[in-house]
Amino acid sequence: MDAARWIYPSPRGLYVEPAGLFIDPPGAVDRAVITHGHSDHARPGHAHALATPATLAIMRARLGGGFAGTTQALAYGEAIRIGGVDLRLVPAGHILGSAQVVLEHAGQRVVVSGDYKRVADPTCAPFEPVGCDIFVTEATFGLPVFRHPDPLGEVRRLLDSAALFAERCHVVGVYALGKCQRLIALLRQAGYDRPVYLHGALQALTDLYVGEGIALGDVRPVADAPRGDLMGAIVLAPPSALADRWSRRLPDPLSALASGWMRVKQRAKQRGVELPLVISDHADWHELTRTFADVGAAEIWVTHGREEALVHHAATHGLRARALALVGYEDEGS
Amino acid sequence: MIAFASLLERLIFSPARQTKLRLMTEYFRATADPDRGYALAALTDGLDFAHAKPAAIRALVESRVDPALFAWSYDFVGDLAETAALIWPEPASPRAPPPRLSEVVERLRLAGRSEVPALLGAWLDTLDATGRWALIKLISGGLRVGASARLAKTAVAALGGEDVAKIDEVWHGLAPPYASLFAWLCGAGDAPRIDRRTAFLPMMLAHPLDDGELDTLDPKDFRAEWKWDGIRIQLVSFDGERRLFSRTGEDVGPAFPDLLAAAPEGCVIDGELLVRTGDAIGSFNDLQQRLNRKRPPASLVAALPAMLRVYDILFEGAEDLRPLPFAERRGRLERWHAARLGNAAIDLSPLVAFADWEALARHSAEARPRAAEGLMLKRADSPYLAGRPKGHWYKWKRAARSVDAVMMYAQRGHGRRSSFYSDFTFGCWRVGPDGAALVPVGKAYFGFSDADLARLDKFVRGHTVNRFGPVREVEPSLVCELEFDSVHRSPRHKSGVALRFPRIARIRWDKPAAEADRLDALVAMIDG
Ligand SMILES: [Zn+2]
Ligand SMILES: [Zn+2]
Repeated sequence: MDAARWIYPSPRGLYVEPAGLFIDPPGAVDRAVITHGHSDHARPGHAHALATPATLAIMRARLGGGFAGTTQALAYGEAIRIGGVDLRLVPAGHILGSAQVVLEHAGQRVVVSGDYKRVADPTCAPFEPVGCDIFVTEATFGLPVFRHPDPLGEVRRLLDSAALFAERCHVVGVYALGKCQRLIALLRQAGYDRPVYLHGALQALTDLYVGEGIALGDVRPVADAPRGDLMGAIVLAPPSALADRWSRRLPDPLSALASGWMRVKQRAKQRGVELPLVISDHADWHELTRTFADVGAAEIWVTHGREEALVHHAATHGLRARALALVGYEDEGS
Repeated sequence: MIAFASLLERLIFSPARQTKLRLMTEYFRATADPDRGYALAALTDGLDFAHAKPAAIRALVESRVDPALFAWSYDFVGDLAETAALIWPEPASPRAPPPRLSEVVERLRLAGRSEVPALLGAWLDTLDATGRWALIKLISGGLRVGASARLAKTAVAALGGEDVAKIDEVWHGLAPPYASLFAWLCGAGDAPRIDRRTAFLPMMLAHPLDDGELDTLDPKDFRAEWKWDGIRIQLVSFDGERRLFSRTGEDVGPAFPDLLAAAPEGCVIDGELLVRTGDAIGSFNDLQQRLNRKRPPASLVAALPAMLRVYDILFEGAEDLRPLPFAERRGRLERWHAARLGNAAIDLSPLVAFADWEALARHSAEARPRAAEGLMLKRADSPYLAGRPKGHWYKWKRAARSVDAVMMYAQRGHGRRSSFYSDFTFGCWRVGPDGAALVPVGKAYFGFSDADLARLDKFVRGHTVNRFGPVREVEPSLVCELEFDSVHRSPRHKSGVALRFPRIARIRWDKPAAEADRLDALVAMIDG
């Protein structure tokens, strides 16, 4: 019954011994399976990298053509066998191309979910619960204070503010991969059809999303826009650009930030955000705990985030639970 | 409650004053009575419930969620109101409609302490996270959303295009939910009428002097007077009605029946409430004893009689003196007081004469009465303005900076003090290759009681180790706490630093000289 003998955490990452592969290893290894393109999961330099086609495309765009020795694309649902381990990738609902790794060996099934969320996201395939013996979960928002509201409601707050302060340019801090494109798609869902302006650092990945068939409407580089057009406009930028010199050339910028951390007002205030938008690509507490029930696992392994509360919760619900204490994850794209 | 919650949320995240004003004005325009009136009261600290204590809020939350999970969450969030609001379980079934702000205020006012948890729990179940956060902040007192009471009043004034001074003028005659105020500002009524005989007039307050600000002010433009260590009071006395208002407009009259009885008729006076012990002014602690007794026993009144030391006159009879320049009001005040010299409960706070700031600083050090906390500087041409207008009144901070230094040399004083050693040179320790040595850092004069002066003089005579003409070098064994306004680099002094306006704050008979401060401590205080 003890799967910990064939899959276990090691200093170089979560290791699947019979297959000789690491999942999302923090440093270069011989053979890696990459759950998704965020930089704390998708590192360069592996001799061999396996991931979904979209994740490989994202890694190529961010890291350059030679990001791994050889690559292997595996579509959602396609199964392969490596060293006696059956492996397939299923959607995690986190960002474009994000996948859970489903591993079967010695009559046991382990699901390594990478980063995931359960709410609908127009820019990626929805999370698919897979029944398993051991479920390996993230815990970025592993405290019961985290409950992400309806993202469309948050986008409406942004639109209300843009209407009330119609002369102010609304600059929204977003992570370049995933959040940026999802926010544009949400604005479109809310019926916003004006151009959305992009900081240069967001352009390449947004183009990639569009190339993958995700419709985002009229998206323009902010650098080309006449100042007058930016009054009352919505501009997306990396969070780091909100406070720096770059934003000063915008007309009376009002800074917003789209992140699950914005749920805690004290944190939002510390960051100097005027309009915090609680929009996250990670599961909140309720999604996390609901997922444990959905996959029916008897054992929960927690990779990164706020593990204690989640382990405590699992234990009080009759599950075996352990914190893996993996290093190297920094919650890009929270 | 929803609109109020989103207002609070926008306020805490909006750094710009203009934005805050606009958000509040917009809220007051869009919200009906009496909700907006209670919101105004909350924003101006005018709501007072039997406050829900943090322990009670925590207990309520822990009745709904696992205490271990609460503890981890509190640890992460760091704020009790916010943790409670965020962790409160969302109801599974559709929510009941959330309460109106007015319903919350009115029911909480009537509720007994034991009923509060149930009421609160039921309301929390109807609200989203921001609503819960706002509710908990509202009931636990002190919104702290970065909008002052004055800014809230300014936002209300903007509703009717009025100046905030007009609001100040009537404010203390009004009470939540301020229906007449909103009616006036929305054009549905006249300005609220207030009873002039019992109305508090907003006080004029001083700014603390910033470092270096004195250099930008011309001493000729100012008058100086002591700031007495009591409580600032406004006496309002017309037609036999008498009130003693504190700075915030609270009537403290009932605690001071002796002063009320002695108050002259037909005036509004600004002054300091003090108590006497025998012939002397009592300490702030003495005053506190009177303040603590809402209905003082006759014995306490006899032991610590109250008095008003007057600073300013706002009304004389029906005449509003506030538009007059300070110097002219002062003349009126002196004549008003001269006609009432027999009244032992009233005396006049004297002006302090000075030629320049240096002289004033020195005078302040030498001659500050025990009951004075510092000096006030008032522009001679300032009218009496509500609030804290810039550029009119200044409070000269006492003890901007201080250091413990060792007495090194002593010299006789001037005038009245010429028979005593009262001018001293002090030093701090500098540690060099040969050990620690004292370096002179400044001269200071002693300004306390004659008894202390005599003791210091005796110390100097008994510890002289050397004489240089009129100067005595003393054994480095006595520590004094020096206060000064600032420290500057000075190549002309051996220590490399110069103190601005040094004065002796305390004699530390108890402190060994070795424990006095090092020169490094002063160097660290150098400005710029
Ligand atoms: Zn991620
Ligand atoms: Zn992650």
